[in-house]
Amino acid sequence: MPSTRDIRRRIKSVKNTAQITKAMQMVAAAKMRKAQSAALVGRPYAQLLNEIMAEAATRTVGFDHPLLQARPVKKRAVVLVSTDRGLCGGLNSNIFREALKLDKDTTVFITAGKKAAQFVGRTKRNLAAEFSYKDTPDFAEARAISKFVQQLFLKGEVDAVDILFPRFVNTLTQLPTTVPFLPIGKISAATSGVNAPAQELPAASTTDVFDFEPDEETVLGALLPHSLNFQMHQILLETKASEQSARMVAMKNATDNAKQIIKDLTLEYNKLRQANITKELLEITTAQMAVG
Amino acid sequence: MAYQLKLEIVTPEAKVFADDVEMVTLTGIDGEMGIYPEHMPVMTQLVAGEICARKNGENIYLAVGDGFVQITGKRVAVLTDMAIKASDIDEAAAEAAQKKAEARLTQKLSDEETATVQAALVHATTQIKVKQRHKH
Repeated sequence: MPSTRDIRRRIKSVKNTAQITKAMQMVAAAKMRKAQSAALVGRPYAQLLNEIMAEAATRTVGFDHPLLQARPVKKRAVVLVSTDRGLCGGLNSNIFREALKLDKDTTVFITAGKKAAQFVGRTKRNLAAEFSYKDTPDFAEARAISKFVQQLFLKGEVDAVDILFPRFVNTLTQLPTTVPFLPIGKISAATSGVNAPAQELPAASTTDVFDFEPDEETVLGALLPHSLNFQMHQILLETKASEQSARMVAMKNATDNAKQIIKDLTLEYNKLRQANITKELLEITTAQMAVG
Repeated sequence: MAYQLKLEIVTPEAKVFADDVEMVTLTGIDGEMGIYPEHMPVMTQLVAGEICARKNGENIYLAVGDGFVQITGKRVAVLTDMAIKASDIDEAAAEAAQKKAEARLTQKLSDEETATVQAALVHATTQIKVKQRHKH
């Protein structure tokens, strides 16, 4: 039987924990709004980029670019995007569960975020490179990752590149999603798939053939890497939105749990206190009766 | 209006411009292009500079960064990393940004940083140029 003092001490410690989780929840909520709007604001651009790429690809005949080359896949690279910090529920573990399904010998990992790097180290997978990104991901950070991956692909070290990241669906749901990155086969996948509907465009008739100025190589040569960089950036933004949402929900649950525990402990404390008072009263009355 | 073009200018941050216009002038990689409705389909790269759109006989000027342009007979789609209407340009802010970028370039930077700073410099310079040309 714990004494009243023990229970009081426990209530106090749980209260402190609740305070911390509540603060973290608030911080995550504020960051979440920012991250979510950042992830959503890029959509019109992504959509237009898609349209242009799709049209350009269908209207050019006999054009080949090294980034478009589909080869038989012997070795595959996976860009694993995770958070830097924990305390965000099952977000990272869900991603890693997907990653564990991949073949150990033919997969090379490129990680973004500390947790992914730790995971790859822990499970002894092949690590090609480790990248980091800030709370508000820069385009430059995305470009660095994208460039590295493109080089791996162009050098023939890998034959396909996928990206595994927590797709942001809404505040309560984040889905671990794999999107193909290279080779650029189906250009329609150029958004990170933020449930962006592949809009049917009121395109001019398909008999139109685009003129390229100065020529196809130059324009597509610039357009393809740019679109990859942009896609990578969009994915980082989405991961951030997922992270903050997941953390907010996790911290809200933690706060609620702590409050429940405080309630239970307080009840127990009061019961014990009353039992003690009753016991003392009994002692006093028995003592009085003995004397009197 | 029988002949109109739909001009769309989109940046990663926002859809800056989407309207029907009569004519568009922009700077492509091979020089300035004037685009009227029923233009032949063209795809080209956009160079930082000015876009002029004519609507109801009035000219609307925008400062834009590098990017891509896709032209069909009915639509001009512009993808760029910066777009701002001439009337919205804050010249003082642009000049401050220009100075800051120039100062940064004198320092030792990695390739990635240099690219970022140079892009910022181009943005600022273009804004100032466009603003000054259309001062009343």
